[in-house]
Amino acid sequence: MAKLNMVQALNLALRQEMERDQSVVVLGEDVGRDGGVFRVTDGLLDQFGEARVIDTPLAESGILGTSIGMALGGLRPVAEMQFCGFSYLMLPQLEGHASRYRSRTHGRYTVPLVVRVPYGGGVRALEHHSEAPETFYARIPGVKVVVPSGPRNARALLVSAIRDPDPVVFLEPKRSYRAFREEVPEEEETLPIGRAQVVTDGTDLTLVSWGAMMRPALQAAEAVRQRRGASLEVLDLLTLAPLDVATLVASFRKTGRGVVVQEGPRTLGPAAEIIARVNDDALSFLEAPIRRVTGWDVVTPYFQREEAYLPSAERIERAIEETLDDK
Amino acid sequence: MPLIPLAHFEINRLQILDEHGNLDESLEPQLSPEQLLRLYRVMWLAREGDQRMLKLQRQGRVGTFGPTTGQEAPPAATALAMTERDWFVGAFRELSGMLMRGMPLASHYLFHNGWEEGNVFDAPRTLPISIIVGAQTLHAVGLAYAAKMRGERDAAAVTFFGDGATSEGDFHEALNFAGVWQAPVVFVCQNNQWAISIPRRRQTRAETLAQKAIAHGVPAIQVDGNDPLAVYSAAKEALDRAHAGGGPTLIEAVTYRLMMHTTSDDPTRYREETEVAEWWKRDPLVRFRKYLERKGLWNDERQAALEEEIRREVEEAVRTLEAATGFPLDAPFEHVLGTKHEAIERQRAEFLAARREERHG
Repeated sequence: MAKLNMVQALNLALRQEMERDQSVVVLGEDVGRDGGVFRVTDGLLDQFGEARVIDTPLAESGILGTSIGMALGGLRPVAEMQFCGFSYLMLPQLEGHASRYRSRTHGRYTVPLVVRVPYGGGVRALEHHSEAPETFYARIPGVKVVVPSGPRNARALLVSAIRDPDPVVFLEPKRSYRAFREEVPEEEETLPIGRAQVVTDGTDLTLVSWGAMMRPALQAAEAVRQRRGASLEVLDLLTLAPLDVATLVASFRKTGRGVVVQEGPRTLGPAAEIIARVNDDALSFLEAPIRRVTGWDVVTPYFQREEAYLPSAERIERAIEETLDDK
Repeated sequence: MPLIPLAHFEINRLQILDEHGNLDESLEPQLSPEQLLRLYRVMWLAREGDQRMLKLQRQGRVGTFGPTTGQEAPPAATALAMTERDWFVGAFRELSGMLMRGMPLASHYLFHNGWEEGNVFDAPRTLPISIIVGAQTLHAVGLAYAAKMRGERDAAAVTFFGDGATSEGDFHEALNFAGVWQAPVVFVCQNNQWAISIPRRRQTRAETLAQKAIAHGVPAIQVDGNDPLAVYSAAKEALDRAHAGGGPTLIEAVTYRLMMHTTSDDPTRYREETEVAEWWKRDPLVRFRKYLERKGLWNDERQAALEEEIRREVEEAVRTLEAATGFPLDAPFEHVLGTKHEAIERQRAEFLAARREERHG
């Protein structure tokens, strides 16, 4: 098995899916000759040619709108939005059409496509390059939202997303692109969309996160485990929509306590929804209020101020300790 | 140094049959009597179906819709020029074209009554109406790209939109992408002069809407949109070019919205009845009938028979609409995603339980 970073793992998924299925095409700004600004599509143009690896004009609505047409016409487009901060320009096409053709035609016409969106902070970029906007996408009925946290699950989830019958917004945490490597098997691997993963089993507290926040979350869990021997259950959501409520509820029923970690602003974020769903089905099992560690309700700062804004392992650790100490 | 002219453009206007039914024989397209009569019949069905629907809406028997009366020629004549392999990607005033493609009138009625079942019909490669202004033009470009990539040489995508849509970003992005990709797309602008209350002259300073294609390197023509022969000829030429690998074309069909924007709109607030009356004189149905009569294909007797036949067909569609009461209310849960998910199935169960309680409570 090769040790790959997330960029290489995503590239592997795209290459293998394009080899397997002639209808898979890649399109976006600078995805061809340049291989994408993060190099996720590196080498694809040479291997598959201009008809299947399409450098598009600079227009995000145009990229998604034409992808919808391609999907209706039998292709499996994988579109790239260059940065999350520019992805809002695709929102009318996503909400107005990609998410609705199936429902509008009762399945006669469907839109199986993937939109890859580099998202989140931690790469010290300029304004509009660091937001975590999953909340805009995860509440659109008819759209699936997937967030990998490491190279291996990124590869497996992207393969699943390409084969999925629905539009999938695939949020790639920029900070995790090259942060670490994992063994990624050459042979095919998929992961089910809509299913969270239990990273570590535990009985005292459930720690929930996704994407780039998984690393500080796991660090914090390890620190608390070592300091006081607590048994922590860590969940990696992997899919934000549709939410894997069953796994969440089962875990909170077992532990009775929990912390949810979210990179984006606090208001109306996935953490709020997760807590509400747990309250629906596991309130009587709870021994303490569920805490949130989130970004703040301010415009996401960049460069020098960014690190201070992002939830840190220390903040998460403190929230875990407080929740464990709640009487 | 002197300025050097770099580019020259012109936009031509095509008319073959004027409003009095006079024909420019040198431009007359080669259509068989069957094709001509089919076109006339479909335009009549669209007109009668539309007018009947307006009455149904006023009686509360069908939901809000955008009437198409007066605009029968551009969609129907374009659809006549299309093959079964071409994609029809409309906005929401293309009833005549969708009927020409084979959509039953009842489907149109059902959809506008809130039943998506009306969007499930057998017409080949015909997408349902698209309400967000201009968005569907991009879908057509993607469909055309897919057809080209898959080597479907007989397939192009034809998309319709109004004058208002030419102010939207998606319209320009679609023209631009189509130009760069040389995608087989035909853009048909139904310039009906009004975007709800905004007249054409307040939509853009440009002399024609056709010329907006020029900036994107896409050829364009303006046609008399109430002249079915001009629309057909322009569409046929554009489709032939698209099928032959010659890329996209924009056709601006100048027509008129004789009714309100939708049934929720009151046009007396913003336009003069005298203007509307002027455009009734250019009714495409009247003009086309005169043409058929001069060709010896039509007479009063045939007209009476057609009107009776269409009256029966429209009433049949109304009966289908009124019989449709048993569609399941939880269909939105069934079709929101292509895979089953526990959290959504639970909400469906909650919804159904709430419905049962409301009925029995």
